[in-house]
Amino acid sequence: MTDLFPLWNSLRIAAISSVIVFFAGIFAAYRAARLPRTLKGVLDVILTLPLVLPPTVCGYFLLLLFGTRRPLGSFLMQLGIKLVMNWPGGVAAAVVVAFPLMYRTARGAFESFDENLAWSGQTLGLSNTWIFWHVRMRACRQGILAGTVLAFARALGEYGATSMLIGYTPGRTATVSTTVYQLWRTNDEQGAFFWVMVNLAISAVVLLAVNLLETRERQGKKNGA
Amino acid sequence: MALEVNIEKQAGTFRLQAAFSCEKEFLGILGASGCGKSMTLKCIAGIERPDRGRIVLDGRVLFDSEKKIDLPPQERRVGYLFQNYALFPGMTVRQNILCGLHAEKEKKKREQRADEMLELLQIRDLASLRPGALSGGQAQRTALGRILVNEPDLLMLDEPFSALDTHLRLKLQMELKSLLSGYGKGIIMVTHDRDEAFRMCDRLGVMEDGRILAVKGTKELFADPETRTAAVITGCKNIAKARKTGEREVFVPEWNVRLTTETPVRDGLAAVGIRAHHFSPDEAENRFPVTILREMEEPFEWVSEFRYDGQEASAPAVWWRYAKEIRPPAFPEALGVKPSNILLLYQT
Repeated sequence: MTDLFPLWNSLRIAAISSVIVFFAGIFAAYRAARLPRTLKGVLDVILTLPLVLPPTVCGYFLLLLFGTRRPLGSFLMQLGIKLVMNWPGGVAAAVVVAFPLMYRTARGAFESFDENLAWSGQTLGLSNTWIFWHVRMRACRQGILAGTVLAFARALGEYGATSMLIGYTPGRTATVSTTVYQLWRTNDEQGAFFWVMVNLAISAVVLLAVNLLETRERQGKKNGA
Repeated sequence: MALEVNIEKQAGTFRLQAAFSCEKEFLGILGASGCGKSMTLKCIAGIERPDRGRIVLDGRVLFDSEKKIDLPPQERRVGYLFQNYALFPGMTVRQNILCGLHAEKEKKKREQRADEMLELLQIRDLASLRPGALSGGQAQRTALGRILVNEPDLLMLDEPFSALDTHLRLKLQMELKSLLSGYGKGIIMVTHDRDEAFRMCDRLGVMEDGRILAVKGTKELFADPETRTAAVITGCKNIAKARKTGEREVFVPEWNVRLTTETPVRDGLAAVGIRAHHFSPDEAENRFPVTILREMEEPFEWVSEFRYDGQEASAPAVWWRYAKEIRPPAFPEALGVKPSNILLLYQT
């Protein structure tokens, strides 16, 4: 019986980081969409950098930040939060790497939002918070959903930053992707193959889910969504 | 006094300086696109913020730059019908209307009032449809219903018919007019369509470059637009510079004619206007020889372009429009205009 810990670990890291990225990405996108152009350009570069940087570079920066002898790292240690060589560090790595995907798709959706919808809600006396969740998010939900799925998939497949920050400890920090590499490196071709298939299966399910949602969305549009 | 507006706002090179008031009436603001009509409405609704000025509705101060009062749109009780109706996607017609009833705490009362509105607007059969499945007219009614159940103190309509097919417009204008007759509150409609403005509004203000020129009764405005902008926007096709030559006489150099007017000419005359419908081959007054350039047939009318015989070479041709029944066998050699139909246009 293969130890399924890497699957469980990957899923919890991907799930938790997706939730964080969901809110952080939406918040940043909502704010950025209404900034003046120059400021938006600068912010855009900073927020999108992790998408184009090699994940190992992201991992390097994360180590600089969270290393146990760094100010922030040691502060977190005092609070009992250890990120380096511990699975929650995987969440930090996945958040940084997956964030730009959520941010960019959500921002695109927010920018094409018809502001008249929000204004008409305001003149009807509806609160800005209600309008945000029931009107803006509803109108932008396709972009936001796409961003969330992309972010989840990216978080699930994250390797570079994760291996630098939390390494590979069987039963403690091992994820699906770090396990594939480790098993291959130690000539366990069969083991690696098993985890490759697991990875393929998860990716296929995610893509299938996206396609299904898109079809339903299109049919809904036809019926007058 | 229902609404009093006196605001200024600078947006890039555009400058809005709107000052007008609106009683419990149907007031129209007529102007070309980009003249600041929508921005004015947005300032009243609280969506845009004026740089300076004051907006008072039924004694409530909505905005006052000196007293630093700027109510959020939620507290202004101003209904705004958007050009594209702005129905919430993913919600049915009924849910959209219920959005206007959020202040009503009792669910039963909410449901009941939504049903009454659906009934009043004759859209009960559409209650479970989503905005994408509605025609333009149905969407307009839904949006209007959502605003009316909200019971605003002022209703603003932003080009309410421009998203509709032409053949539907007249029908919906009639429906909206009868629906809102006896509404008992102020209504402001902005439009660029003079026919629409004429049909719907009690009073009209013409807007140009962010300023509202004199507001007056709709019929009076069409009969005596007073300014070149108002004459153009109310559809006057023939406008030429003119100068006063007598108490009731003006000279138009471009056409090289001397016209007699019915009303005394004041100082500061800038131009005269003659509507294309107001030429007549049988009119003895202001009658001058003309030469036809070309003509074009329309379903029920003819449109001709002609020149006065002494007209300046560089001056544009003059338009004449007449019903088919009165088409003469040959183009008349001279055309006259009743003195009461000479529009006197003054400097602003």
